[in-house]
Amino acid sequence: MAAFLARRLLYMVPTVFLISLVAFVIIQLPPGDYLTTLVAQYAAQGESLDQAQLDALNQRYGLDDPFYVQYWKWISGILFHLDFGQSFEWSRSVSSLLADRLPLTMALAGLTLLLTWIVAVPLGAYSAVRQYSIGDYLATTIGFLGLATPNFLLALVMLWVAFSTFGLSVGEANPVTFAIAILVLGTAGTAGLIRILRANLLDELRKPYVVAARAQGLPEGRLLVRYPLRVAMNPFFSTIGWLLPSLVGGEVIVATVMNLNTVGPLLLGALRSQDMYLAGSIILILGVLTVVGTLISDIALAWLDPRVRLRYR
Amino acid sequence: MTPHSDDSNRRAAAVAEKDVAAPADPTAVGRELAATGTILRIDGLRTYFHGDESVVKAVDGVSLDVPRGRTMCVVGESGCGKSITARSVLGLIDPPGRIEGGHLWWHPDPEAPAVDLAGLDPRGDAIRQVRGGQIGMVFQEPMASLSPMYTIGDQLVQAIRLHRAVTPAEARELAIAQLRRVGIPQPERRFDAYSFQLSGGMCQRVMIAIALSCDPALLIADEPTTALDVTTQARILDLIAQLQEETGMSVMFITHDLGVVAEIADDVTVMYLGTAAEQGSVTDIFDRPRHPYTQALLASVPTLGQARKERLAAIAGMVPSPENRPVGCPFHTRCPSVMPGLCDVTAPAVRPLGDRHAAACHLLDPGLQRPPVTAPPAAPATAPVAAAPPAAAGAVPPATEPLLSVRGLRMTFPVKKGFFGRTVGHVQAVDDVDLDVFPGETLGLVGESGCGKTTLGRCIVRALDPTAGTVLYRDPDTGAAVDLARLGPKELRPYREQVRVIFQDPFGSLNPRKTLLQLISEPLRRIHSAKLDSTVEDQVAAMLRRVGLRPEYLRRYPHAFSGGQRQRINIARALITRPRLVIADEAVSALDVSIRAQILNLLRDLQDEYRLTYLFISHDLSVVEHACDRVAVMYLGRIVEQARTVDLFRGPRHPYTEALLSAVPVPDPHLRGAGRRIRLADELPDPSAPPPGCRFHTRCPHRQETRCDTESPALARAGAGDGPAHLAACHFSTTLALRGVAGPTGDEEGTRP
Repeated sequence: MAAFLARRLLYMVPTVFLISLVAFVIIQLPPGDYLTTLVAQYAAQGESLDQAQLDALNQRYGLDDPFYVQYWKWISGILFHLDFGQSFEWSRSVSSLLADRLPLTMALAGLTLLLTWIVAVPLGAYSAVRQYSIGDYLATTIGFLGLATPNFLLALVMLWVAFSTFGLSVGEANPVTFAIAILVLGTAGTAGLIRILRANLLDELRKPYVVAARAQGLPEGRLLVRYPLRVAMNPFFSTIGWLLPSLVGGEVIVATVMNLNTVGPLLLGALRSQDMYLAGSIILILGVLTVVGTLISDIALAWLDPRVRLRYR
Repeated sequence: MTPHSDDSNRRAAAVAEKDVAAPADPTAVGRELAATGTILRIDGLRTYFHGDESVVKAVDGVSLDVPRGRTMCVVGESGCGKSITARSVLGLIDPPGRIEGGHLWWHPDPEAPAVDLAGLDPRGDAIRQVRGGQIGMVFQEPMASLSPMYTIGDQLVQAIRLHRAVTPAEARELAIAQLRRVGIPQPERRFDAYSFQLSGGMCQRVMIAIALSCDPALLIADEPTTALDVTTQARILDLIAQLQEETGMSVMFITHDLGVVAEIADDVTVMYLGTAAEQGSVTDIFDRPRHPYTQALLASVPTLGQARKERLAAIAGMVPSPENRPVGCPFHTRCPSVMPGLCDVTAPAVRPLGDRHAAACHLLDPGLQRPPVTAPPAAPATAPVAAAPPAAAGAVPPATEPLLSVRGLRMTFPVKKGFFGRTVGHVQAVDDVDLDVFPGETLGLVGESGCGKTTLGRCIVRALDPTAGTVLYRDPDTGAAVDLARLGPKELRPYREQVRVIFQDPFGSLNPRKTLLQLISEPLRRIHSAKLDSTVEDQVAAMLRRVGLRPEYLRRYPHAFSGGQRQRINIARALITRPRLVIADEAVSALDVSIRAQILNLLRDLQDEYRLTYLFISHDLSVVEHACDRVAVMYLGRIVEQARTVDLFRGPRHPYTEALLSAVPVPDPHLRGAGRRIRLADELPDPSAPPPGCRFHTRCPHRQETRCDTESPALARAGAGDGPAHLAACHFSTTLALRGVAGPTGDEEGTRP
């Protein structure tokens, strides 16, 4: 297990390095550099920067240096001082901006994941065990509706219902809006997971070990949870990898519609106004989150499934 | 079967009606069962599967008795409803299947009333007490029947604690004792192993341990040895017999292998298409079979010692799908003594034929104006092949040059481990193999699974790139010799059509999304880059006809065909390029006996017609003896013996060959026991660390301390009296007196009709 973990951590290093390179290239992508943009911005506002200030900034970002020096300055700032650079749109450091937004985002993502699981596991299991029953069709229909309805539409409808029917205050960051956001984000993920679990469990239910366990006289409920369900849950853990970043990045539209202060709208705004340090940093963080998520799901799989732990070393 | 068969008679006559006989008084039934010494009576069981459009009558009115303390074998081809019958007993039928009628009288305690298991809720508590507690069950695929998520100890403890009030610590002790009882070495250590870390034989022992953990009165074993090697099978059969002796339990043993039946059965029920065709004691069934199906089954088994190159009596056609079961007698579509107007109209009643012997056939009706036919059912098929094999086929033509010469072939797979996936060792799957295949012969390659026979076959066709050695192929037309092991992919192309493979799994080896035309013509198009025009279509159609399929099937997909038909498709695909050498890798292992006989006969006919040379890889020695001119025996990557079939089977010169031969169940109950069994001690050693000296010495009953564990024996001429072609790799091959199989004896022929 320790060797497995060590090797997985080692594999992360080149992956994260590549992600950071890509993020840096994205930051460098727009024509001109950060300073010319800044000067233009000041000029547009009728102000000007003096040469000393420009030189100081030039020094700080190493804009005259070759690519790899600039990259090193950028990445070492992040690694050693958590300095992601400056957002010129907000005129604040990117790290302080993210510090404001990330906790809410992570809370939203975590709670959504939890809701997804709480709803999807029992529904998926029920659909599989009672295949082609009315309950199965109902769950399938609801699942498809959840998949097919655009999230922002659902968000608008729910906001409107909350406001008009229950007289709740919506449209700003408060618990009600937050709960609606979780519900809206959860529906789409839930629908997908119900289908995955149902398909997996149906496969597992037909395996000989299920019949063999039943032939020992195991009660149905215990049989289901201990044997096929445990194997069928494997893909759930695999989904953590891509679920994390998609929850952080995927709520852009919903959060914009609902006016939530999360990272999603920040990224959208940064991309629209070419606030490249902010955008690049968020992309970097999302990329690293994907890698970390994959690592977590791999560890969870190895921990829960002896086949992964012992056989495929 | 006496008072009860009257019920069966009436019921069989009125299949459509639901439960004519209804003496459902458990106490009365209990008294009756106690009187006849029956522990389980299956009475007119009907298990149907309700599909969208049709009802599949998988089990349709089976009646059979499992006697107390004895072994009842249920035998029949696949699709005959054997497994469904067994699962019905424990209520293990998955929806949409359902028990529609009949009784399952379960009577473990002779004093108490009988219980009708068919009347219990399959999800209720009552049946759960029976499952595992009173009736244990063992399944066909031991690996897949254990959950990979828990250690075998956990699963055993769970089974014990389900039916016994013991603490976890006590359960652990009991579990370890149970593992020891089924012959698992180092049970304390194995307790924490997972199923995928054990071999198939070990897993089956664990399954047996679980099934017997609560001392059931009946063990139902559903093809428990079908997926195992002969040597492992022999040990598992021994184990079941030994445990039965210890506990006095009854055994219901389901199998398609008549050799196993002859080995272990006290009583036999022959099932056909969801009904019991015949039942009786094992000697009745083997010596005096009365039902044409039983007779045909017995005739189609290749037996050790049977004259080689004799055609097998195959049963015509195949088991009809239960969806379109024939009207009248279910067997009439394949029966050689079918009586039109009777058999295809009325279902025959079960007729008692003396002590516990009964069969369902119109021929046995005493009122019928026709004597019972006891002649071999497939008589025309057994006729000696007059024109076919040339006289020289028996002996290896010594003068000819080999078609294929394998020299010093090695195939090594690295074992990777640890932090950086370093190579820490090598598995020598094939280790320094020399082999000659002569044109026109069939060379058999046998050995336990894991001995490297498939790897060797794959190296020859270059599906694998051998690590070292040469594979010299001599083109029979030009005489030019090429080393296939050295050729690149492009240069290999012309040889890909000359050397072809038939694979084992008829289901996995055909792409389900391609039509037969696409599948069979594929090699032509890959190798000749021929266009799919009408000439190709004609060729494929002709080939289909040749392998016994109708050319109309060209545009059908493989799912429409049965296992035997698919294997015919595979043969057609192998032969479409007119190859010279065909490697048949366990080509008949997955097939039923009667279908296997058909395919073996077909392979033989095609060999004569296309002048084919076969390398026949198989673990089934009786098939090899029947099909091959010469045999090579492999053990742990090496060839340990090589000889003409008759020499090898009559006078083996290597202890491993002797052990393999003695492990094969002989389909003759009179030869049971007879002191001819050699049981190999251990499982196959770890191939990445083969034992020093003779690789077989760790399991060899004739091991001698002086040489065997230090000095590796070379493959050399064995015995002065034997022909030059008899080679064995044993230090003592000339001195050991090893036992082979007896030739076809007069009384054996006489007892079988």
